[in-house]
Amino acid sequence: MEYEIVIGMEIHVELGTKTKIFCSCPTEFGQDENTHTCPVCLGMPGVLPVLNEKVVEYATRAGLALNCEIAHFSKMDRKNYFYPDLPKAYQTSQFDLPICTGGAVGIEVDGVKKDIGITRIHIEEDAGKLLHESADGTLLDVNRCGVPLIEIVTEPDLRSAEEARAFAEKVRNILEYTGVSDCKMEQGSMRFDVNLSIREKGSEVLGTRTEMKNLNSFRALIRAVQYESKRQIIELKKGREIIQETRKWDDAKGVSSSLRSKEEAHDYRYFPEPDLVPIVLEPSYIEKIKSELPELPEAKKKRYVDEYKLPEYDAGVLTTTGVTARFFEEAVALYNEPKQISNWMMVEIPPLLKENEQSMETITITPAQLVELLKLVKDKVISGTSGKEVLKEMFISGKNAGDIVKEQGLAQMSDTGELEAIIEKIVADNPKSVEDIGAGNEKAYGFLTGQVMKATKGKANAQVANEIIRAVVAKHLA
Amino acid sequence: MELYQKTIHEINDLLDKKEVTVTEVTQAVVNRINAVEKSTDAYLSLQTEVALEMARGLDAELSVRAQRTPLEGIPYGLKDNMCTKGILTTCASKMLYNFNPPYNAEVYDRLSEAGGILLGKTNMDEFAMGSSTENSAYKKTRNPWDLNKVPGGSSGGSAVAVAADTAFYTLGSDTGGSIRQPAAFCGVVGMKPTYGLVSRYGLVAFASSLDQIGPFTKDVEDCALVLNAIVGHDAKDSTSLNLGKIDYTQNLKQGVKGLKIGVAKEFFGEGLQPEVRKSLEEAIAIYKTLGAEIVDVSFQHLDYALSAYYMISSAEASSNLARYDGIRYGFRAEEYSDLVDLYKKTRSQGFGDEVKRRIMLGTYALSSGYYDAYYKKAMQVRTIIKADFDQVFGGCDVLLTPTAPTTAFGIGEKTSNPLEMYLTDIYTVPVNIAGIPGVSIPCGLDNNGMPIGMQLLGPILSEETLLKAAWAFEQESGLTNLKAPLGTEV
Repeated sequence: MEYEIVIGMEIHVELGTKTKIFCSCPTEFGQDENTHTCPVCLGMPGVLPVLNEKVVEYATRAGLALNCEIAHFSKMDRKNYFYPDLPKAYQTSQFDLPICTGGAVGIEVDGVKKDIGITRIHIEEDAGKLLHESADGTLLDVNRCGVPLIEIVTEPDLRSAEEARAFAEKVRNILEYTGVSDCKMEQGSMRFDVNLSIREKGSEVLGTRTEMKNLNSFRALIRAVQYESKRQIIELKKGREIIQETRKWDDAKGVSSSLRSKEEAHDYRYFPEPDLVPIVLEPSYIEKIKSELPELPEAKKKRYVDEYKLPEYDAGVLTTTGVTARFFEEAVALYNEPKQISNWMMVEIPPLLKENEQSMETITITPAQLVELLKLVKDKVISGTSGKEVLKEMFISGKNAGDIVKEQGLAQMSDTGELEAIIEKIVADNPKSVEDIGAGNEKAYGFLTGQVMKATKGKANAQVANEIIRAVVAKHLA
Repeated sequence: MELYQKTIHEINDLLDKKEVTVTEVTQAVVNRINAVEKSTDAYLSLQTEVALEMARGLDAELSVRAQRTPLEGIPYGLKDNMCTKGILTTCASKMLYNFNPPYNAEVYDRLSEAGGILLGKTNMDEFAMGSSTENSAYKKTRNPWDLNKVPGGSSGGSAVAVAADTAFYTLGSDTGGSIRQPAAFCGVVGMKPTYGLVSRYGLVAFASSLDQIGPFTKDVEDCALVLNAIVGHDAKDSTSLNLGKIDYTQNLKQGVKGLKIGVAKEFFGEGLQPEVRKSLEEAIAIYKTLGAEIVDVSFQHLDYALSAYYMISSAEASSNLARYDGIRYGFRAEEYSDLVDLYKKTRSQGFGDEVKRRIMLGTYALSSGYYDAYYKKAMQVRTIIKADFDQVFGGCDVLLTPTAPTTAFGIGEKTSNPLEMYLTDIYTVPVNIAGIPGVSIPCGLDNNGMPIGMQLLGPILSEETLLKAAWAFEQESGLTNLKAPLGTEV
């Protein structure tokens, strides 16, 4: 029997608002424990929440970017459960009337395109963090309490770990573009829950599913899906039934284990949040946010191909993240050589980022600085080889390309007289090469060029040098 | 008349004419507290020394200032479910026995701003759940008209402080009648304003969609003065109404000529004490002589209000009170084996029976499989009751009803029968369900000399009309600033 994996995902994304969802505490990550708190996010007796307007705006923006319908009327609800990281003992969330419904995101895996349906997106608040490692027992950090989240819920449209990854990356890409979240997985800004079941291929009926919560990297997502689908198929092959349960993914061990069964599942006793009023959005408000949406990756990629005549591959790489695309566009605006910029951004910059422990988010080189360098190469003031060295130096010292070229005397030798003298000597010293060329071995030119570069420490203008070499060799052969 | 027996507006006259000082006024009420508080037990905590110090400070200020505002220098009390920075706020619960809030309720800030002098925090039913103040974890407050009787509840302490002249006014909270019913039992004026008119910020929540803060005063004019100081939009409360301010004393004395007063038989049903009925009939007669038009109105669905109220309020309470888990503040059980055990023991030991009863009821009503039959149904009833009131107010300006079916009952009389206790709220809960305002004022005494209260109800934001109607009756009947026999004994 052939099996089919059926996956639905829930993606939690922390919104990048400056302040929390119901109070004015900052949302900044990585601060000292319990410094970003107030009576409201501590859930103290008698305090009341006030919904941050930016949260509504960001959720609307995310919904529009993911092709959702935005509700003109939605409301907040309470999800009740006891846990020490939840000071009110309920999470303020949205239950039956979420702010966004019915979206779709297109993905492509192995050349096959498909749409993944988005059931809903709702607004909610994050919980705090328990620190179990302390000698004083378990400690609570409530800084994260009340940080705004959206939860994106998909239809069970995904069929493989690769599709799950492609979808997750696409969503991350879009949300990062729209500026609603930095989507930093390592800071927990984006987390995945996976609902997975197996059925006979061609069946319309869904199998019993399990849920894995809080996968916080693409790697964990892929591995968890692979492990869990394999586990379920083995169970089914053994003739066993899948138990509906929540499972915990242990990324270090690479295995999942049962956390709680359906019977032990919480009864969240949702009911409308009486301390908040419904969210009523005018069509004009939604239209305004729609009109302010930035160009999304797909459209951008198409434009790079059409407008900048870049190969599809280049356009794809440059639009992977908003920061990369912004860097590229700023550079192009200063210097209309898209392909040259693209080549350098795709080939030369990534290893240097890695070497210098930077990323496109934290890159110390500005688009203007890169452009200055590329112009020097283009105008043959320096060779491409020197250009790479200059770029390396720019990362280390932060200096401008022009200054580095001057300091290190890297400007190319285009002075034909000087080059002629050097080349005359090299050709004279290498009669074997001249002989080879005479015998029709063009490769010998390469050797001579290499010798010239060596003698000039790479400063020779390769094109000029080549012309002179050919002329001198011709003279010798004559 | 002693100084402490006077109304706010009488004291205002004396202070404005510089015939008395704030210190003299405060000292008078402190002396009164020292004399009768041990009999009435209205307060959970007192700060009389702080109050006197504030009074002296204010006198110094006022001696060099021409104008004073209406509540400046007037001593008052707050129900102990309103947060007061640096002053214990216990909700009369063991759960919050040591809770010292690091923030103020908005109403406390407003009264402080207005120059009020806080005397102390008043007793109540634990977390405002109850109708007799017998559910306090700390003490039993006694009705000054008969110390063997309950003061009503849940704001019993606030009602008694005003009735016993141990405060010139107090604030209470009203979720299903917790201001109006004790006001009726103690012979004072008590008002529950329109939902959203007074900020709930810093009021420890019982049932968020029903809770509303309001004043207890000795007469209707004082009620208008206190209302002036506490109403108004608060950005910290999302359900707070954003309206222009009005002066409730402005049209207070305009009379009721031509006012349509509705009377509905549904408010005069079974279980109504005969003297209460008789007293209400006399009130109707007085309104007629004042030129009001009495009209018969009727409700279709009022019978369901009480059940819907207990579903909704308990459901919200089960969620609102879930935060008292012993982790961050308040009471924590001394011995426990693990986290769940900590929760269980803390909540079992920290809450009283009535609170636990409502938490269980509300948890049940919200549970999956029961939600539709209970909570959802109750919310549907709520919509119907609102429509019922809309229809009734289509035919009249205000509605006249008894505040409670009986006068104050004996201490311990209903504690063993929660359902009977719940029934004492039958005439007050529909008002909270509909979110409309209501005021209870004295309208007579029963055969045992216990006060009878009548309730005036109006559509949303009709406080001005209600106060006008209440003032006219009070003037005509002379039932104003009533003195409990307690006063003559001390």
